[in-house]
Amino acid sequence: MEQLIAFFDMGGYAGFVWPSYGVAAVVMGGLFVAVWRGLRHDERVLARLQAATGGRRRVRAAEESGSRGIDTGGARMADQAAARATPDSGGPA
Amino acid sequence: MTRKKRRLYFVSLGLLALGAATALILTAVSDSLLYFYSPTDLRERPVAEGQRFRLGGLVEEGSVDKDGETIRFVVTDLVYTVPVVYTGILPDLFREGQGVVTEGSLDPAGVFLAANVLAKHDENYMPPEVADSLKESGYWEEGVDGAADAAQGAAPAGAPQ
Amino acid sequence: MHRFANPTRFLRIANAILPWSAAVMALSLGVGLVYGLVLSPPDYQQGETVRIMYVHVPSSWMTLFVYTAMAIASFVYLVWKHPVADLAARASAPVGAAFTVISLSTGALWGKPMWGAWWVWDARLTSVLILLFLYLGYMALANAFDDRQRGSRAAAILALVGWVNIPIIKFSVDWWNTLHQPASVNPVGESGISIDASMLVPLFAMAIAFKAYYVTTLLMGIRREIAAAKVRTLRLAEVQG
Repeated sequence: MEQLIAFFDMGGYAGFVWPSYGVAAVVMGGLFVAVWRGLRHDERVLARLQAATGGRRRVRAAEESGSRGIDTGGARMADQAAARATPDSGGPA
Repeated sequence: MTRKKRRLYFVSLGLLALGAATALILTAVSDSLLYFYSPTDLRERPVAEGQRFRLGGLVEEGSVDKDGETIRFVVTDLVYTVPVVYTGILPDLFREGQGVVTEGSLDPAGVFLAANVLAKHDENYMPPEVADSLKESGYWEEGVDGAADAAQGAAPAGAPQ
Repeated sequence: MHRFANPTRFLRIANAILPWSAAVMALSLGVGLVYGLVLSPPDYQQGETVRIMYVHVPSSWMTLFVYTAMAIASFVYLVWKHPVADLAARASAPVGAAFTVISLSTGALWGKPMWGAWWVWDARLTSVLILLFLYLGYMALANAFDDRQRGSRAAAILALVGWVNIPIIKFSVDWWNTLHQPASVNPVGESGISIDASMLVPLFAMAIAFKAYYVTTLLMGIRREIAAAKVRTLRLAEVQG
């Protein structure tokens, strides 16, 4: 018991040692949970969209026609989507 | 491919120019980046009496003299020394032979009137038993030298000039 | 590098690594905490406050490590336009900012009892504060444009320009007089390691844990960014088609 009290007292520096570990736990734990939940949320939305738009084939087609699609911002993406919608236009090289 | 190469050269050149500019600026403002003056710095570039600045070094062994709330001690960098007077609470690490940084100004007699005192410790960490056995076996000298280096900062040798 | 540029292949690799990095993180965190809080000795000068080191020093190392990783990813993105490099930089920024917050706040909690001050404007502390603003600036800039690509480019340039701060942080304690002491662990150079072996166990265990934490959150973050990008593509296709 005495040892336990001494442990929590940290030689009189309890007010500095424990908050240090606390800050690290809260910040790192909080970020971890935030990233984890964001990942689950986005992957769930993606799965729902894929199901609604006719399964995987459609997604793969969308990805391939814009092989650089992942990093592409709205404007370029819109071009590609438009090109897909009207196959005659040839699409971006 | 050529576009990629051009981008590579462009970005690399930009970084090189940036690095050179930063190095030049840092060299130019190097003095103002010093957090404190050592007694040697003070000797080389005297500070006007009454002007506020920070003085750093080691608390000389055997120099601490407590008189109630007022405490007198000597700051040394093992070359020159400056006497200091301070009234107030000291940090836990304030000890003879340990590093210290004080903020204040010089009085006409050349005594440093400190308004606050911060402790500066060195980069050595060890359990008390190890420190004791080091002292007993005579290997302690090395640690004290390390502390002196820490207290002086790298003022004479390390400045990027 | 080309192998990782393909998101689908990247996902396969990331999913293979994730359980391992999470396991390493949990294991070394356990070892680090037990040794850091219980089994390691107090310091001869600083007493029990030395235990703050086991959080403060590894997180401070990570602030430099994550920023450098972010800068390299930004460089790869700017020059070769690899999509995953952009996502890696974007996913790194919040992790780096979190480590910087931990480094600064544990430093204050250590500085108060030992130095006698929560904060001083010496070269080391000030340059680390600037690093925090660089991380926050990166995150703000990356999301400041409607055109995502423009945000990526602007943020990548900031990340590269800001990298000059990294050597300044590292060597500030050697170049200028600072209140902060010089490094205790120098893998190269004459001074070597000036920490007792009994204190190195928790220090390195926590360092491994924090590195594994970064790998784990980074991979989860990139996976999330890839999913979000696919969602954006699908939504656009929906609108257009």
